[in-house]
Amino acid sequence: MNDESTLRAGEEPLAYAGAVEERGPANVALGGRGVATPAASGRTTAGRALSGVLASRWLGPCVALAALALPYLNSSTYVIQIAVDALIFVMLAVGLNIVVGYCGLLDLGYAAFFAIGAYTSGLLSTRFGWPLLATIPVVVAAAVLGGLLIGGPTLRLRSDYLAIVTLGFGEIIRITANNLDVTGGPNGLYGIPGFGDFGLRSDIALYWVTAVVVCLAVLFAGRLGRGRLGRAWRFVREDEDAAEAMGIHTYKVKFAAYIAGAVFGGIAGVLFAAHQTAISPPSFNFLWSALILMAVVLGGMGSTPGVVTGALAISLLPELLRGAENWRYLIFGLLLIAVMIFRPQGLLPARTGEARRRGRRVRGGAS
Amino acid sequence: MNTVLDIHGLEVAYGKVEALRGLGLTVGEGEIVALLGNNGAGKSTTVSAISGVVRSRAGSVTAFGENITAAPPWSIVERGIVHVPEGRRIFSRLTVHENLQLGGYTVPDTRSIDRRIEQVYDLFPRMAERRAQQGGTLSGGEQQMLAIGRAMVAGPRLIMLDEPSMGLAPLVVAQVMDAIVAINRAGTSVLLIEQNARAALKIAHRGYVIDSGRVTVTGSAAELRADPHVVEAYLGA
Repeated sequence: MNDESTLRAGEEPLAYAGAVEERGPANVALGGRGVATPAASGRTTAGRALSGVLASRWLGPCVALAALALPYLNSSTYVIQIAVDALIFVMLAVGLNIVVGYCGLLDLGYAAFFAIGAYTSGLLSTRFGWPLLATIPVVVAAAVLGGLLIGGPTLRLRSDYLAIVTLGFGEIIRITANNLDVTGGPNGLYGIPGFGDFGLRSDIALYWVTAVVVCLAVLFAGRLGRGRLGRAWRFVREDEDAAEAMGIHTYKVKFAAYIAGAVFGGIAGVLFAAHQTAISPPSFNFLWSALILMAVVLGGMGSTPGVVTGALAISLLPELLRGAENWRYLIFGLLLIAVMIFRPQGLLPARTGEARRRGRRVRGGAS
Repeated sequence: MNTVLDIHGLEVAYGKVEALRGLGLTVGEGEIVALLGNNGAGKSTTVSAISGVVRSRAGSVTAFGENITAAPPWSIVERGIVHVPEGRRIFSRLTVHENLQLGGYTVPDTRSIDRRIEQVYDLFPRMAERRAQQGGTLSGGEQQMLAIGRAMVAGPRLIMLDEPSMGLAPLVVAQVMDAIVAINRAGTSVLLIEQNARAALKIAHRGYVIDSGRVTVTGSAAELRADPHVVEAYLGA
């Protein structure tokens, strides 16, 4: 706490008006935190550089390219395996971000859509011999249907009620899968085929399919958040009554967010089924929903770069901490607590719209 | 004079509590009509019933010759009736500019949104200065101006203001009232809900005093200012 206030004092050559603006989610670099006053100006420059990078329209394509190039950099089975897990997790987090981050609907049962996707594609491919790609349209339909069933009655409710109902929904899906014969009961489904190997090592082929799907999904989600619908989501999140008074069809808008999230979850489920080749009910327990939500909150609700970062952190940190052996989950937990204390708005919080950027430029010219 | 809004025998109840019991009023084109009354008289309920947020039990609301009694809120905004809710309800974490953009949500044409936002900035130069500032950092009067500006971006033919003077210093109240007059001169009809009868009657053409969900006194602003009952109950002189 203390060193934060010294830093603030150090970076305060700007006018008072600036201070008020910056009090919100400040877009300053993480790097340099803890460095004392002399480095303050350097920190601001670094911060500006980082915000510049984050605001750049090339950021998304560059990260996507890096993701696609991974097998050329390191193609060990272990790395590819972890990377596919991480990418699927990114897809889930980005999907949930539409619901929670953009629209402000607290969904505690997001793993349900993940399960619907995995089971639908698993069933069609193992029992009916469908190729996995062909199951995707059915998975999308199933996810939309699930979204309609649960969203239809509950989206008329407000926050807490929605959270409780979605929590229940997540459990219902998992327990149903556990008790039906067609889903293999507690044993689940196994022998799910991949997408094919395209003449490559099979895990690398799967990695590339996953990377392409996830990159497209992330770019699409980012666009969705910036469009007219994205704006409506933000208004509903901030104040539903005021949004309604200004002519937004709030129920329809919330529904759109919920269904979009469901579709993302469903497709992530297909990727998961292909990756694991076997799925069983415990893969979709409440812990998953909680972890995905954690990735969204950790990264910064409503910010696509933030949520991607958060998802990568949540899925990769336990692997990176493997050296700490039994201590790693303790360290993981402590790191999460530390982030929430020092950056409660998330690692890379959402910046507010174009107006803020324009304002900043005006200020730069004045000083 | 064309009638913009015509309300007949409106009844609204919250459970067993009857908030409106056969209320009727009209707003003509180009008019500022004040709706006065004490706490709990039914002022806010009237506006909510017009904008479709609250359902009426009986009676009719006609706007621009069309019956909108059962129309949903978003369609009422599309018809050109915009409600500035009590307590302003601006988006405190969004910037001033973004708040104004929300006002244009129902307007399909981006260029007319931009033009109207510029008009709002002309009307309230303070907003232009603070366009990149978060709404919550504005003062009460500025927030009220932002709320009015946001409604104006929707391009309303009738704007309904619910207690715009609430919690503002007398000088700021005068500024807000001036802005309302300017908006009205530019061609928008105004339904002004106020407890501050003195300020409202200064700018209104006509007024209604309501009590327990019924209109008790009505007349031109000058008549109301002279009415001993109104003077005693609401002007306190």
